[in-house]
Amino acid sequence: MLFPDLIRLTTSSFVAYRLRSFLTGLGIAIGITAVILLTSIGEGLHQFVLSEFSQFGTNLIAIQPGKTQTQGGNVGIFGSVKTISIEDAQALRRLPNVEYVNPSVTGNAEIRFNGKTRRTTVFGAGHDLPRVLASNVQTGSFLPDDDPTQARALVVLGPKVRQELFAGENPLGSYLRIGGQRYRVIGVMEPKGQMLGFDLDDTVFIPAARALELFNRPGLMEIQLSYKANVELQSVVNSITALLKERHGREDFTLIPQEKALEVLGSVLDVITFAVGALGGISLLVGGVGILTIMTMAVTERTAEIGLLRALGAREGQVLTLFLGEAMLLSALGGLAGLALGVGIAQAVHWLFPAMPVHTPWLFAVVAELSAVSIGLAAGVMPARRAARLDPVEALRTE
Amino acid sequence: MIRLDKVTRSFTVGDQQVAALRGIDLNIAAGDYVSIMGPSGSGKSTLLNLIGLLDRPSSGTYSLDGGNATDLSDEQQAKVRSEKIGFVFQAFHLVPRLTAAMNIELPLILAGVPPAERKARVVQLLENYGLTDRADHRPDQLSGGQRQRVAIARATSMHPAVLLADEPTGNLDQTTGKEVMNLLEQLVAQHVTLIVVTHDPVIGGRAMRQVRMVDGQITGETGRGT
Repeated sequence: MLFPDLIRLTTSSFVAYRLRSFLTGLGIAIGITAVILLTSIGEGLHQFVLSEFSQFGTNLIAIQPGKTQTQGGNVGIFGSVKTISIEDAQALRRLPNVEYVNPSVTGNAEIRFNGKTRRTTVFGAGHDLPRVLASNVQTGSFLPDDDPTQARALVVLGPKVRQELFAGENPLGSYLRIGGQRYRVIGVMEPKGQMLGFDLDDTVFIPAARALELFNRPGLMEIQLSYKANVELQSVVNSITALLKERHGREDFTLIPQEKALEVLGSVLDVITFAVGALGGISLLVGGVGILTIMTMAVTERTAEIGLLRALGAREGQVLTLFLGEAMLLSALGGLAGLALGVGIAQAVHWLFPAMPVHTPWLFAVVAELSAVSIGLAAGVMPARRAARLDPVEALRTE
Repeated sequence: MIRLDKVTRSFTVGDQQVAALRGIDLNIAAGDYVSIMGPSGSGKSTLLNLIGLLDRPSSGTYSLDGGNATDLSDEQQAKVRSEKIGFVFQAFHLVPRLTAAMNIELPLILAGVPPAERKARVVQLLENYGLTDRADHRPDQLSGGQRQRVAIARATSMHPAVLLADEPTGNLDQTTGKEVMNLLEQLVAQHVTLIVVTHDPVIGGRAMRQVRMVDGQITGETGRGT
C-alpha cells in the first residue's frame, strides 16, 4: 500500500464520521491547548525572572562573611567569624582577572534636606559600583576613588530620592543630612526601576567606610566583584579563595557566583514550567482515552469491512496500519487545532494583559504535536491489533 | 488447478466438535465453471472459504496451482488471495463510504499497484461493467444490480485466476440475478475458473459441473465438463 493511498483511505473514514471525528479530535485539541497555554505562561515567567536577575550582568561573584554549611545558623555574637573588611576588597582588586570590586554595606537611614525628611535605603559602596552592577550616572559623577579609610562625605542620589527631595532643582553641590552627618551631593543615578518589588531608585550611595560608621558595623555585608568575561569562573573562584584564606587564616567566607545562582534559579523555573505542562498533559491523556474509545467502536462497527479487506488480499499488517493511521490522523489534526488555539489564547492573554509574561518556544509546539501523535498511536494500538487479528471468515459473516 | 485431498474442517462450538467438512476430494481444472449446491449448513460456504484461503483445513491437503496451500503463512495466504483469487459475496460487501470507483480500486491499492496503471484499469472496468456514469456514486446511491457489478469489477481488478462467488444472486431479483450470472459467465470465457456456491438449482444448473453437498460431504456430481 502506498503512503498517499493510506492517507486517502484514513481520510475517507475521517470524513464519513465527521462529527464523531471532530469531537474526538477536540479532546486532544483541548489537551494540547492546555499544555501550550500553561507552558507558555511558565516559560514567560521563567524568562521574566531570569532577566530581572541578570540585569546586573552575569560575570559577577558575591563574597559574604561566614561559611555556609549544610547545618547551623547564624553564628551571632558567640561566633568567631572574622568580618570581611574594606582592606579585603582593596586586596581583591589587585588579583589578576578581577576587573572591578565593590565593597557593600546596606541599611536604612533618615535623610534630611531643607526641612524634608525621607527614610530610604543607604548603600555603602565603592568607586566601581556603577561598573560592577551595570548602572549609570545620569548627572554629576559617582563616588571618587578615595582612600577608603579617609573617605569624604559625598553622596550620590537615586532618581526617586532626587525627585522627592529636590523636585525640579539641581541637587549637585547641595548638602543633605544622612543620620545626622552632612553629605555633599555629587551625582544622580539613572533610573533602574523595580526588581521583584524592591525599588532600586529609592536609594542613596555613600562611601562604604562612612556607611560602616553610620550603621556601626564591624565589617562589610558583601563584596561584589566582576571578572573578565573570557576567564574561567573556577580559576577566579580559586584565586579569590586562596587570597582571602591567606588573609583570614581560614575559610570563613562564602562565594556566590551569579552564574551558578542563575543556573539554580533557571532549573527551579524549568521544574515549574514542566509541572504546569504536566498538569495540561493530564487533559491530553483524557483526549487519548477518547481516541481509544472511538477506535474500539470503529473496529466493532467495521468488522465486516475488515473481513472484506482481508478477503481482497490485505495482510494483517495493512489492516493494523489503516487503523493506526486513523488514530494518528485524529490526534495529529486535534493536536494542530490545539496548537493554534493554545498559541492564539496565549497571544490574546499577552495582548490583554501586557504585564503577563507569555512566551511559546517553537520547541514546545513541536514537542506538544509529537506527543499528541504518539498518544494517538498509543491509543490506536489496542483497537488496531484487535482489527488485524480478526478471523476473516468470522468478520465477513458480521452484518 | 485446485486439488482437495481428504479435506476436513471442524469447529468447536461450546464444548462440542462440529464437523463442517468430512473428507472432501475435489479436483477443479483451470477454466472450469463449477457450482456447489446443497442445503444451508451443508458446508458449501466453508468449502469456498477454504478454497479462497480465508480458512485452513483441519486435516487433508489443499493444493492450488500445483503448490501446497495448506502450509502457507498468513502473510503468504494474503498474497495469494490478492494475486489469484477474487471474491463475490451475497451481501456485496462494498465499503459504504467509498465511491464505486474507489471500491473497485481497493484491491489494487492494497497490492500497491502504481497509480497511473491503477487508474487505467479502473476506467476500463467501469466501462466494461457499464458503471462509468456511476463512478462517483457511493454504494447507497446504487441499485442492487449495480452494487453487484461493482463487486464483480472489484473481484476482477487484479485479474485473478479463480473467482469465488458465494450466493451472488441471493440479494437480487431474478432478472438482475440473471444479468449478474451472465457477467460472471463471461469471465469463464476469458479462462477464469469460476466457482459458484448456491442453493438455487436454476443458478447452479447453469454451470458446466454441478457438485452437490450434504452434511459436509460431496454426494454427487453431474455436468457437461467431466
